[in-house]
Amino acid sequence: MKEFDIISTRAHRIDTPDKATGQAVFTDDITRPGMLYGALLQSPHAHARILSIDTSKAKALAGVKSVITHEQAGHIKYGVSPARYDETVFAIDKVRYIGDEIAAVAAVTLEIALAAVELIEVEYEILPAVFTLEEALKEGAPQLHETSPGNLCAEVHQEFGDVAAALKECDIIKTSTMKNKRQDGAFIEMQGCIAEFDNRGVLTLVSSTQVPHYVQRTVAMVLGMDVGMVRVKKPYVGAGFGIKAAANPMELACCILARETRKPVKMNFTRKQVFMYARARHQFSHTITTGAKKDGTLMAIKHECWLDGGAYTSFGIATVYYTGSLLGGPYKIANMSYDGYRVYNNKPTCGAQRGHGAVIARALFEQQVDMIAEEIGMDPMELRIKNMMDTGDTTCNDLNMSSFGMSECIEAVRKGSDWDKKKGNMPTGKGIGMACGFFVSGAGYPIYRSDTYHGTVIVKLTEDGGTALVYTASAEIGQGSDTAFAMIAAEALGIPLDHVRLASGDTDMGVDLGAYSSRQTLMTGHATKDAADHAKAQVLEVLAEQLSVPLKELDIKNGFITFAGDTPDFSALRTRYIKEHRGWIDNPDSEHLTFKEASRIAFLEKGSIVGTGKYKPHNLGGKFKGAAVGTSPAYGCSAQVAEVTVDMETGQVTIDSITDAHDCGKAINLTSVEGQMEGSVSMGIGEAMHEEVIFNDKGQVLNADLAEYKIVTSMDMPRIKAIVVESDEPNGPYGAKEVGEGAIMPTIPAILNAVYNAAGVRINELPLTPERVYFAIQDYKDRMAK
Amino acid sequence: MKKIISLTINDQSHEIAVEPNITLADMLRYELALTGTKKGCDTGDCGACTVIMDGDVVNSCLVLAIQANGSVIETIEGLSTDEGLSPLQEAFVEKGAIQCGFCSPGIIMSAKNLLDKNPNPTEDQIREGVSGNLCRCTGYQKIFEAIESQRS
Ligand code: FES
Ligand code: FES
Repeated sequence: MKEFDIISTRAHRIDTPDKATGQAVFTDDITRPGMLYGALLQSPHAHARILSIDTSKAKALAGVKSVITHEQAGHIKYGVSPARYDETVFAIDKVRYIGDEIAAVAAVTLEIALAAVELIEVEYEILPAVFTLEEALKEGAPQLHETSPGNLCAEVHQEFGDVAAALKECDIIKTSTMKNKRQDGAFIEMQGCIAEFDNRGVLTLVSSTQVPHYVQRTVAMVLGMDVGMVRVKKPYVGAGFGIKAAANPMELACCILARETRKPVKMNFTRKQVFMYARARHQFSHTITTGAKKDGTLMAIKHECWLDGGAYTSFGIATVYYTGSLLGGPYKIANMSYDGYRVYNNKPTCGAQRGHGAVIARALFEQQVDMIAEEIGMDPMELRIKNMMDTGDTTCNDLNMSSFGMSECIEAVRKGSDWDKKKGNMPTGKGIGMACGFFVSGAGYPIYRSDTYHGTVIVKLTEDGGTALVYTASAEIGQGSDTAFAMIAAEALGIPLDHVRLASGDTDMGVDLGAYSSRQTLMTGHATKDAADHAKAQVLEVLAEQLSVPLKELDIKNGFITFAGDTPDFSALRTRYIKEHRGWIDNPDSEHLTFKEASRIAFLEKGSIVGTGKYKPHNLGGKFKGAAVGTSPAYGCSAQVAEVTVDMETGQVTIDSITDAHDCGKAINLTSVEGQMEGSVSMGIGEAMHEEVIFNDKGQVLNADLAEYKIVTSMDMPRIKAIVVESDEPNGPYGAKEVGEGAIMPTIPAILNAVYNAAGVRINELPLTPERVYFAIQDYKDRMAK
Repeated sequence: MKKIISLTINDQSHEIAVEPNITLADMLRYELALTGTKKGCDTGDCGACTVIMDGDVVNSCLVLAIQANGSVIETIEGLSTDEGLSPLQEAFVEKGAIQCGFCSPGIIMSAKNLLDKNPNPTEDQIREGVSGNLCRCTGYQKIFEAIESQRS
């Protein structure tokens, strides 16, 4: 493999010094002159017809500048997938969940805006509501959307190979079920935004979003504006995990309030509103049958899943497809069928969250792999390796593993956890378990159907030749993408990282689909490399001409020009550079010609040196319905080992350690890769152990705060051993692919397999509360006694 | 009715007229533009608003500005020196303990307070020391490593 100077190091992130000092600016840190404050009126009822809305008292309150409802906002539908747009900014005739937006107010202070919201009078006719799959699917159940009879938002039916025939050939068949609970993103920065029109009618929306591009398009569409007249900027963002990957109604309301008042307007969700808006992980109910031969060959998967979707579609169509498609690997399985259903109900809408759609399917399936291994007396790692796909293999549903270090990951966690010594030798109450998983490195297709490039990047050299400026519309939301692209640009240009500056997250900088589906490192990374190569070529062209050296003999490394042949006399260039540089005292005296000198000279010849880069994936996937979802130019993969202690008396599960290996292709920044692995594991542990959004019988979230909704704290996080396994991904920039989501895949099943190993019980419902585990243990003891 | 309070923030004394219901967090952020202190909940659950008040960490969203009358407050803005980042801040950068960075000012203040009081904390003491600060990005691993590297 090629040696690199910048990438694959532990370079310090370019954004963290400002984040460590409090200097980094997030949305709510911004104040604009004359700024107004906005507040939303949201439905207190889960399902109701709106008979009338009277805003007169609110409008009359001193300090109120605008009150808007659907009359001002218009009736244009939006959402995530254009074919399934089912939301309007404000409810028109009916509300479908507690939190559905009805109106908004802008006022001179937040207190006045909130007081005005209270003064808006809405007359409702309460409708019967449905909150569970069963209620929503019952004959004669209240309907949420006229266009979706039976409250069925979407259904998917797929079969690859011949599952029934394959199951007939199997010696072992395992069928089991698994159910999780709705999760919340629980990012620490709540959504917030500031919208402002200038006097030429240009709208600037500053927002805590993962996807400036999609927000720009949605805002322009809903407000009836040209895309070019809308600028969306994302300052630093306090993470998103998928929940901030689409335009939200507050952003749209804020833009409309700014239009109505001609003043900047700021709006923020409270933490409670974050929970009400939701758009986080669905609740999935899976039934999977897996068949195998007695030699351990996995033959077939039959998979059914019901998704509790909430009031609107949001990402749901993609979710229901992902749920099926990402079971296609990492094992060679020729036969797979999937029946997926997403159901509407009167709860907040679910959407995409880290490991989109695939986490619970994986949690169930990887347990069945263990059950099969146990039944035939094979080590679970051996069974997995036996069935493992090889680099270059394609799944039955057309996902191509162009690089695949899965077996290496298994070996790494086997060693890293001391598996061979521990497995089978642990006392009752202590257990060890493992699992595998994989995930896309970016969706193969944009969310709206288009041939658009997924990312464009500009690299511009400053006129003094000293610095490269990278402009990208991509979204740094905490994952370290700014640093990754700065490193890629530095590597491609052949200059030190310190000489690269980067600006991102602004739709004026180009097109970039944003931070979701673990796409940026591969996709924006490609575009960055492309742009940097382009800029570099322009410098070297001028140099070749000026020095009369063949272009192909020139290169740049560590900030110096290198010559494949003899070094020519470059003193004339140096003299010219020094003349250009009068007044400065750092004139070059190095033995080698510097990049700085070369690019200054190139600037003098050419004027602007601007490299442009772009990327879109090649055509991916099969021809069947839904083939697009799950396709990606590359797949990251991981294996994990969990060690747990189960208190056999109380059912309390403690996670003692996690050993995690992930194949991210070439790691651009090793520290950032580990950071994604550790963060993924912590989110997986939270979901496995205690995260659950709880509703009352009226459809109201009961634990809409970070005290009662329990994410992992410093007290319960086990130590993680993160092992980076590198492969060379042919479709990735410098061989890189994803790490942000694949690393969550094995966490839950590894824990569940460890719990089984410790206590002999298979738990088919999350989270692993002590009660649930306790009753499972009691049940197990009773069965053993019989 | 606004009330005048006086307090010391990052070694600088302030006299400021505040509404009786404004929190210390909001006063710092919106009246004094010390926006390094973050708010992730406003209900005392996340720790993003952690500052040091008279030598102890507090969630500044739970303290009224008027309660801070006469107090000595340290915020994240007071940590860096003329030479730049403090060693603790450097450690957070060096170890990769910061991802989105929204929790970081609060965690760094908790860590500072811990190390000021106990220069040699054990792993358990470190865990406890930042237990009031939620981080959804890092899994805490690298935060522990950063704080461990600052043991004297
Ligand atoms: S904002 Fe104060 S604890 Fe969350
Ligand atoms: S770094 Fe994002 S919450 Fe801690």
